[in-house]
Amino acid sequence: MSTRAHADQAGSTLGAVHPLRHRWRWVAIAIAVLIVAQVLISVVTNEAFRWGTFFEYLFSPQVLNGLGMTLLLTVISMALGIVLGTVIAVWRMSSNPVLSGFAWFFAWLFRGVPTLVQLVFFYNLAALYPVIALGLPWGEPWVAWDTNVVITPMLAAILGLGLNEAAYMSEIIRGGLISVPRGQIEAARGLGMSPWQTFSRIVMPQATRVITPATFGQIIGMLKYTSLVSVLSIGDLLYNVEQIFSRNFQPIPLLMVASVWYLACTSALMVIQHFVERRINRGSRARVASRSRMEKAS
Amino acid sequence: MSLVEIRNVHKRFGDVEVLKGVSLDVAQGEVVSLIGRSGSGKTTLLRCINHLESIDAGTITVAGSPVGYRARPDGFHELPERLVARNRRRIGIVFQHFNLFTHMTVLENIAEAPVRVLGEPRGEVNARAMELLERVGLADKAGQYPSELSGGQQQRVAIARALAMRPELMLFDEPTSALDPELVGEVLDVVRDLADDGMTMVIVTHELRFAAEVSDRIVFMHQGQIAESGAPDQVLSHPETEALRAFLARSAFAA
Repeated sequence: MSTRAHADQAGSTLGAVHPLRHRWRWVAIAIAVLIVAQVLISVVTNEAFRWGTFFEYLFSPQVLNGLGMTLLLTVISMALGIVLGTVIAVWRMSSNPVLSGFAWFFAWLFRGVPTLVQLVFFYNLAALYPVIALGLPWGEPWVAWDTNVVITPMLAAILGLGLNEAAYMSEIIRGGLISVPRGQIEAARGLGMSPWQTFSRIVMPQATRVITPATFGQIIGMLKYTSLVSVLSIGDLLYNVEQIFSRNFQPIPLLMVASVWYLACTSALMVIQHFVERRINRGSRARVASRSRMEKAS
Repeated sequence: MSLVEIRNVHKRFGDVEVLKGVSLDVAQGEVVSLIGRSGSGKTTLLRCINHLESIDAGTITVAGSPVGYRARPDGFHELPERLVARNRRRIGIVFQHFNLFTHMTVLENIAEAPVRVLGEPRGEVNARAMELLERVGLADKAGQYPSELSGGQQQRVAIARALAMRPELMLFDEPTSALDPELVGEVLDVVRDLADDGMTMVIVTHELRFAAEVSDRIVFMHQGQIAESGAPDQVLSHPETEALRAFLARSAFAA
């Protein structure tokens, strides 16, 4: 329309404006479509995938139980990671050198040691400490438990995955907290808001904008990281699928079953992420800009 | 008794002593402007009044009680931040960079503290917030986010936000320094309106003309001390110290 207006003003087509044509894009699109078609055809027609077996096990109880365990471990470990990670992040930013030093040490240790080693370590804690007791370094303990009874494979898995996650989340959350301008905190204090009100009402909601995308990345990572718990013989999705193909010797279709479930969960998470980000980005510059662009366009 | 009493206040940042024994009284209903070169300590002094900065010696009281400290026989003891927050409720502050809460609408910005800090009913607070927005001429912006407003509009909302706490003292830290020149007037109009209403105010500003017009008293700070203080035309037209003469000359203030 604007092109025509220009042309009219000039009284000829001399003033006409032609936007840049992207001719090579069509070549790229053709190549991409060809590749996708080729892969799809090969997957569908290749007998070796054994789609019959795939559909036989896709909704089998053992697979669904494994999926449930994977989701449970993901939720609990991430919850532990986020709560503990927030505490570690706040300690790390504390002016108290002992607290910030401890937080630094925690992140250093749990990010540095392989998760697999942590899982096995927690599982075998009884070999190092046969009894877990609460008390002061001197004197008799107040309460004591047999380590082998307390540390079940499930608890070892939650500790290993959760503490490891807390170390990573603490750095993500710290990055979010640092991103909130100092002036926001001063404005809150200037209005008489308490430290807790300032943190929960002003700092955290704004830090969340920075923290959320990375956190969803961590959740998606954790979903697959939970498969490490197979070393503790916990029946997660991958472990149960392995159990099945060790009996019927058809690893490919069963690994496809697991992959489809992992992809389904990941897809669901990405949809959730989209809506969560839309909600928390209210008032942010980028979001407001895109809103006013849309309003102008409509 | 003065509303604000500042007695022999010292403040250092590391090795630099930014306040070297400052004493100042601000009476109820008085408007005092702090002027001086950057680094003279005027912003620090303002921030000490509501304990955004701690002090190293001296006392500051607002309405008779110290802010951020508890008086004991052996001196003043700093309070934990949770209790300092109570002291700050009746002292409004407006910042150079507005510092509106970016994740809240204009109305939410204004209503947040009265609801959370004073525990007042939201309906009542929202009605008051709308009145204040009316007063600063932004009633139509209630549902917008700060990033959708101009700097002058943001600063007017920031003033409304501070007023929503019904302060007995307002502190302004260079409220127009971050604004484009054509937006300065609208903010100063609001401050002038407050002065006419009898609000006690301490204003750090570079707008000497405005300071002369709105203030009962102008205080010139130089190297961490109060160098001159008095009625606007006395201070601005008959400077006694070389430092103030140099400052006025540089500010191109045609007396």
